[in-house]
Amino acid sequence: MAIPGVGTLGGPGPAGDRGQAGAPVPTPFGVPAPSGIAGGRAIRRMARAITSNRKATAGMVLLVIFCFIGLFPGLIAHDDPNALIYGRSLAPSAQHLLGTTPFEQDIFAQVIYGARPVLLIAFGAGLGTTIIAMLIGVAAAYLGGAWDGVLNLITDVLLVIPAFPLLIVIASYLHGAGTAVMILVVTFVSWSYTARQLRSQALSLRNRDFLEAARVRGERPLYIVIVEIIPTMTSLLVASFLTNALYAVLFSSSLQFIGLGNPAVNSWGTMLYWAENEEAFQTQPLWIIVPGLCIVALGAGFALLNYAFDEIGNPALRPVRSMMRGARVKNAR
Amino acid sequence: MRFVLRRLGFFALTLWVAVSLNFMLPRMMPGNPALAMIAGHKGVVSPAALRALAAQFGLNTHQSIVSQYLQYLADISTGKFGVSLTTQPGTSVTHIVMQAIPWTLGLVGVTTVLAFILGTGIGIVSAWHRGGRVDSVLPPVFVIMTVIPYFWLGLVLILVFGVTLHWFPYFFTYDITLTPAFNWTYISNVLDHAVLPGFTLLITTIGTWILTMRNTMITTLAEDYVRMARAKGIPGWRIMLDYAARNAILPNLTGFAMSLGFVVGGAILIEEVFNYEGVGWLLLQAVNNDDYPLMQALFLLITVAVLVAILLSDVATAILDPRTRGAR
Amino acid sequence: MSRTLDDSLTAGTPAGRAGALLQVENLSAEYVLERGNILAVDQVSFEVAAGEFVGIVGESGCGKSTLLFGIAQLLAPPAHVSGGSVRFQGANLVGLTDKQLSLVRWRNMSVVMQSAMNALNPVTSIGAQFSDAMRAHGVSSKEEIAQRSAEVLRMVGIDPLHLKSYPHQLSGGMRQRSMIAMAMLFTPDLVIMDEPTSALDVVAQRSLMVQVKELQQQLGFAVIFVTHDISLVRHFTDRLMVMYAGQIAEFGPTGQVFESPLHPYSVGLLEAFPSIHGPKVPLTGIPGSPPDLGNLPEGCRFAPRCPQVMDRCLTTEVPLYRVGGVQVRCLLQEDGEVVSD
Repeated sequence: MAIPGVGTLGGPGPAGDRGQAGAPVPTPFGVPAPSGIAGGRAIRRMARAITSNRKATAGMVLLVIFCFIGLFPGLIAHDDPNALIYGRSLAPSAQHLLGTTPFEQDIFAQVIYGARPVLLIAFGAGLGTTIIAMLIGVAAAYLGGAWDGVLNLITDVLLVIPAFPLLIVIASYLHGAGTAVMILVVTFVSWSYTARQLRSQALSLRNRDFLEAARVRGERPLYIVIVEIIPTMTSLLVASFLTNALYAVLFSSSLQFIGLGNPAVNSWGTMLYWAENEEAFQTQPLWIIVPGLCIVALGAGFALLNYAFDEIGNPALRPVRSMMRGARVKNAR
Repeated sequence: MRFVLRRLGFFALTLWVAVSLNFMLPRMMPGNPALAMIAGHKGVVSPAALRALAAQFGLNTHQSIVSQYLQYLADISTGKFGVSLTTQPGTSVTHIVMQAIPWTLGLVGVTTVLAFILGTGIGIVSAWHRGGRVDSVLPPVFVIMTVIPYFWLGLVLILVFGVTLHWFPYFFTYDITLTPAFNWTYISNVLDHAVLPGFTLLITTIGTWILTMRNTMITTLAEDYVRMARAKGIPGWRIMLDYAARNAILPNLTGFAMSLGFVVGGAILIEEVFNYEGVGWLLLQAVNNDDYPLMQALFLLITVAVLVAILLSDVATAILDPRTRGAR
Repeated sequence: MSRTLDDSLTAGTPAGRAGALLQVENLSAEYVLERGNILAVDQVSFEVAAGEFVGIVGESGCGKSTLLFGIAQLLAPPAHVSGGSVRFQGANLVGLTDKQLSLVRWRNMSVVMQSAMNALNPVTSIGAQFSDAMRAHGVSSKEEIAQRSAEVLRMVGIDPLHLKSYPHQLSGGMRQRSMIAMAMLFTPDLVIMDEPTSALDVVAQRSLMVQVKELQQQLGFAVIFVTHDISLVRHFTDRLMVMYAGQIAEFGPTGQVFESPLHPYSVGLLEAFPSIHGPKVPLTGIPGSPPDLGNLPEGCRFAPRCPQVMDRCLTTEVPLYRVGGVQVRCLLQEDGEVVSD
């Protein structure tokens, strides 16, 4: 029986006590609060929430712009970012919007083409981290007992060991990390924090009524985990993805800046590495300023969306409306 | 008491993992990096020191990997971290590290405490005056602050305040023409050199404190016991501090421990940008020189520092929250 | 401006009209939400005389807690008082700042909340919470504070050495009783209680009610007591108010409301609770659910669920009628005189 509007994540099977798309069942003395939300409904809610919240819209716009730049750099920058032919350390001009480097590269082209590796790392590590964290966190919460103890211990230890120094040590032995390696390495040091959060939420969901109903119906544990638990955690999963993507951008740029990225791969962090090496403070300040601004802008895109999600999930955090002016006077603190 | 013991046990375990990582990583990496390190710097130290280093990394030795491991553990526990190969050839790693520690302790220690106090304070006030001008402008501003790369901010500040305006010096910990002494010239010079790096670190770390404190305060302010305090006629500022802030700060203290990793990362980058010769800067020197013994020792040191800080925040939580104490 | 405890205990004798300790007039309170403003309390008026024990019952969401906090000026955003007045000892509390309200708060009017675990500060001791209430009202002598704290704890049957305990170290019943003790610190004239027994088991509930009634008879304060459990109020209240969808449905002397309820909702409520002693009768619930306060029906708010509904009920806004000693909001009683709304 197809349930309109719920989507495939809601499952085609019996809907249990969720009724029609989560409508609560009335009792003689009132209506109980609605329980967990099926995945499809959550995604539609999110879409609506994004367009109505200013921060979310701003964040979304930034991300879309950068994705566009990453996908079609050739449309925006006409010069070859790697070619060493444009003249040494030229000042910004109409032909070279940001000038050129001492190696005769066009800085503007580098900035534009530099978006793609950063985005790859952001989405790659963001997804990787969230997925691994989800597997481990939910498994620990659901399996319980000794499994929980062991997984927890591993998570906690990795959590405490300082991430950035570990990242440096690993990258140092590897003599630099290209995009793919960077994704792996960043994922390795980041998953533990998210795993802890997800485990926590999964634990709190474990005993909720709708899961009990599923168990009573005779559903298998894997089904319960995939169809019932994970969709309810959608908002936390999305938030985790955004946070991890943000940190992936910052971590990888930092590693590249100290020279542990792959100097041949042109990305914003690497640009800053070369800029500092060539002491661009006096000669090419834009070489320092612009790639950094791009990092900030992309990061802000992720962060604004994340912050907006926080507000959506927890209405108490939303901005207090000014129509409460009268009330504020009466209830003055 | 049991709680403290469990925590200490956990820390010991973590330390052991960190030490083991130090042991395993170079042996796991493709293209034996230790071999490359030694081969590349043969003439720099005495053959005896070279042999010791080779043994430390498991080269040219007939020991099984297990006995290498045990030997390594024994060495570490007795403080034998080896000798620096390239950064300061021949000098013991311990000696080099000891010189760098005070600088980092000063810079990072002071800045972190300042950021925590200021950030928490601003967060409290922002949540208390919800809907005010400060509160509506604050969140987006601080969201942006948390995404600024530490090192880039340092570069920008150097550009503005160092190179363009010449207000502050921007490399090294003090002017190399001065000799360290307990006089005002030296001390003021040190402080002068610490302003830009300190300010950078402060700005980049304060955002998190403000935001998380504000958010926990908002949740706490909705609690019944705050309403009860109002019902009792207790003055506003007292409610803010004794009832709301005291409860709201607890999750922040635990968060403090976890965010230490980021403070450490930030310190490393900022020391690098400003050529500030602390532990972070030293780590990167070691990395650039393939000076693995030094690098490993610094990694352990940083891990220990983080563990100690976490222990301190646990103690603080126990003091402030009576629910964590006592036999339960 | 230090005052002695004695000053505080004797201050605040009711001024104004004799007998009318509290006069609530057309009080309305609303929640400002994104989907619009929801009126949770719709022009409620009633009086409480000194020493009276008034009970307010109703389903979850009927507005009784909002009414209570609206009276005590303890609503917090997004809720606020949107109209009417609350005259306590002659003075209107609505619109006063916290600073002005602190003169009456706790000394003349105190509050007991539903869950002591949530209403007590988890990180400070019971004694500290008693003392900060006293210090907020000018009592600064340590001996006086200690003495009075011990005194009120003994009143509710708790050993004063628990002043050093933290809330999580006490049992549920003890926590609740220490909240009541705290409310007694200045022997106020009015104590407002929001479902203080809901978190307790049946036995503890009754013993708490007995304690409250005893204290009331000893010290002579008035009580407004909100609960969703109608059987609790039968033996303890003087007058009983039944609320529905933000309005008074029925209000009168407890005995009368219990023996001969006039509003179909009150009838339904009373029939829904089984009597342990009486004959076995089939339990009837009230079908349907309370209306969405953001989407109220025209006419009587109870009409959709009323077993005695008439056509007129769906279109006429029903005023309060006075019948005998009771106020009823039902068209079945339209012969009675209309209480000016």
